[in-house]
Amino acid sequence: MAFTAFSTGTATEQGPRKSSRIALLLLLPGVLYLMLFFLVPLVSLVITSLQAPLELGDIGQYQAAFRWENYATVIGQYGEQILRSFLYALLATIFALLFSYPLAYFIGVKARPWPLLQNLMLVLVIAPFFISFLLRTLAWKQILSDESPIVTGLKALSLLAPDAYITGTPIAVVFGLTYNFIPFMTLPLYAALERLDTRYLEAGSDLYAKPFTTFRTVTLALSMPGIVSGVLLTFIPAAGDYVNASRQFLGGSGTAMMGNVIESNFLVSLNYPAAASLSIILMAAILVLVTAYVRRSGTEDLL
Amino acid sequence: MGQGFAESGADLELVGIRKRFPGFTAIEDLNLSIPAGSFFALLGPSGCGKTTTLRLVAGLEEVTEGRILIGGKDVTATKPYQRPVNTVFQSYALFPHMSVLENVAFGLRRRRIADATGKAHEALRLVELDHLAARKPAQLSGGQQQRVALARAIVNRPALLLLDEPLGALDLKLRRQMQLELKAVQEEVGLTFLHVTHDQEEAMTMADTVAVMNKGRIEQLGAPSVLYELPRTVFVANFLGQSNLLSGPVIGTTADSISVDVEGTRIVVPRSRAHRHRGNVTVGVRPEKLVLGFGPPEESAASNILGPGRVIDVSFSGVSTQYLVAIAGVGTIVVFAQNIGTGPVASVGVEVWVSWRVEHGFGLEDEDAPAPKFPSDTDTATIAVQKKRALMSEFGDS
Ligand SMILES: Nc1ncnc2c1ncn2[C@@H]1O[C@H](COP(=O)(O)OP(=O)(O)O)[C@@H](O)[C@H]1O
Ligand SMILES: [Mg+2]
Repeated sequence: MAFTAFSTGTATEQGPRKSSRIALLLLLPGVLYLMLFFLVPLVSLVITSLQAPLELGDIGQYQAAFRWENYATVIGQYGEQILRSFLYALLATIFALLFSYPLAYFIGVKARPWPLLQNLMLVLVIAPFFISFLLRTLAWKQILSDESPIVTGLKALSLLAPDAYITGTPIAVVFGLTYNFIPFMTLPLYAALERLDTRYLEAGSDLYAKPFTTFRTVTLALSMPGIVSGVLLTFIPAAGDYVNASRQFLGGSGTAMMGNVIESNFLVSLNYPAAASLSIILMAAILVLVTAYVRRSGTEDLL
Repeated sequence: MGQGFAESGADLELVGIRKRFPGFTAIEDLNLSIPAGSFFALLGPSGCGKTTTLRLVAGLEEVTEGRILIGGKDVTATKPYQRPVNTVFQSYALFPHMSVLENVAFGLRRRRIADATGKAHEALRLVELDHLAARKPAQLSGGQQQRVALARAIVNRPALLLLDEPLGALDLKLRRQMQLELKAVQEEVGLTFLHVTHDQEEAMTMADTVAVMNKGRIEQLGAPSVLYELPRTVFVANFLGQSNLLSGPVIGTTADSISVDVEGTRIVVPRSRAHRHRGNVTVGVRPEKLVLGFGPPEESAASNILGPGRVIDVSFSGVSTQYLVAIAGVGTIVVFAQNIGTGPVASVGVEVWVSWRVEHGFGLEDEDAPAPKFPSDTDTATIAVQKKRALMSEFGDS
């Protein structure tokens, strides 16, 4: 047939690859910023993590050294908390995603004919930011406390054992993490879904795909960048969080996460090398997990 | 739900369809019957409800009233994915995250048809894009995307294929080429095509039957040649090609003709070619049926004569030359003369007569006169001529 007449050859892809002095100049502030606020603390952290206690020194006095054992020691000592951190962060990310996706879909797709409703709902998603993170978490401690109507109510309905409690349990911590990071999940999802062209959904439906299949093959795939950013924005800070799991807030004796361990090593036992090596481990683990995740989800552009 | 490939096209029947959007009625009492295996074109200006009609048939829009039957089965209440229909969307709507091949195989996979990949390659070969199967839609030109959209729909062998201005993005030459291809594909696979377009030439060259749509209604439906020869309304006469329309009261009828008085000139139209025989009637004639004469032609019962008038514009377009003739009391008449090297060549300002054979005229059904009865210098043709003059004199001065 005659289609060849208007099929072009292979398209050449050429990105703008010009390097100029101006580009370098524009990069300068960013590079300086990174040097000052990322590289310097990082190097200092690495140095601290390798320090050894000062001989005959007081508690909290250390000297420069190459004590690799610090890492092995903290992993042996705090393996449980390290695993718990990632488990809680993972659970919180999953729950936040399950909660946020329908919400973001509603705001970004279903509510399109009513822009006022869209804006109102977005404000509601962001509104908690107007109150301090600590205050909100404390408020939840109150709401979930043993005397609260929720807990007494659940007990009255026999949904909760008479001697059961919520605060101080892993459930409360994961709940707190989920709650606190929902806006970070919802907003990127909304940004991705708001741009979703519903004509693709119509095309899917025209091509024999049932609504769920269209969702799986089209909507989900097209909102993947939003899912990836939402997951990263939730998982990374949640894994390092030390507020929700602390005993002053929603946590208990058995819920300590890495953040809590780092905090107590730094501020209570003044074991700076242990705290620093834990921080490095946390950072490295997150980096590895995130890289693997982004690779898998096929959105390398983000890296 | 159509399992597997349709053996052949199915007929489509729209019964009393009405579609209201909030505050706007897009389709008004639409009745349409498209026989199986035919190539049916829905022709109309932008915004007349063509896309809405297709969306109703595809199930992407719910009817306010009426019924839709495909192959005799009432599908009004079914979901789009249950209908044996595929659409080539005006915007293509190719899935941006899938390769061309995955796009084409999408419908087959959903219906679990064996060898989806092989069949998708086959469909891509049909539109000669198989070599680009691995590309993403964004890496294709507009015309190539259109062909992928076509392959993605055709590969499913739907009983009814809906095409929403599928050739709109192509330039003229490619469009003509694609029209022939599309027609060939339709004949080859024997499916029912419902093709929407605002290009009258496209509709006429491709379709067995053309329905002219205006403001949510079908004005006239028939074979392209019938529509062109015997338009029923002013809208059809002007939308499908060009027409010279004249109106006046019927002043005489015979067994096989009617006579209309157009500002003192008697115009005769065969009775069989007039849709109305009484009252004020609008008669018309196509520009290419007119003959220019430099003197008063001989009066004869076989032809109608208008004139004298003056040539106010001549534009040469290769195959033919278009003359605009202003005739006092009648208005501006358009004449197409074939450039066959013989015959008179009129220039601007020359006094001419216009004549045509009685059997070339047609009478419309419309009640009201379309064209102004008195020559007004504000009709579009005259304005165009004045603009052209002004421009020419400007260039001449400088
Ligand atoms: N969802 C809608 N809501 C309101 N009006 C609509 C909607 N879709 C189409 N219309 C109106 O219906 C009319 C017909 O539209 P359409 O079928 O797209 O025309 P076209 O013949 O150009 O394809 C237009 O006036 C359009 O504005
Ligand atoms: Mg349209």
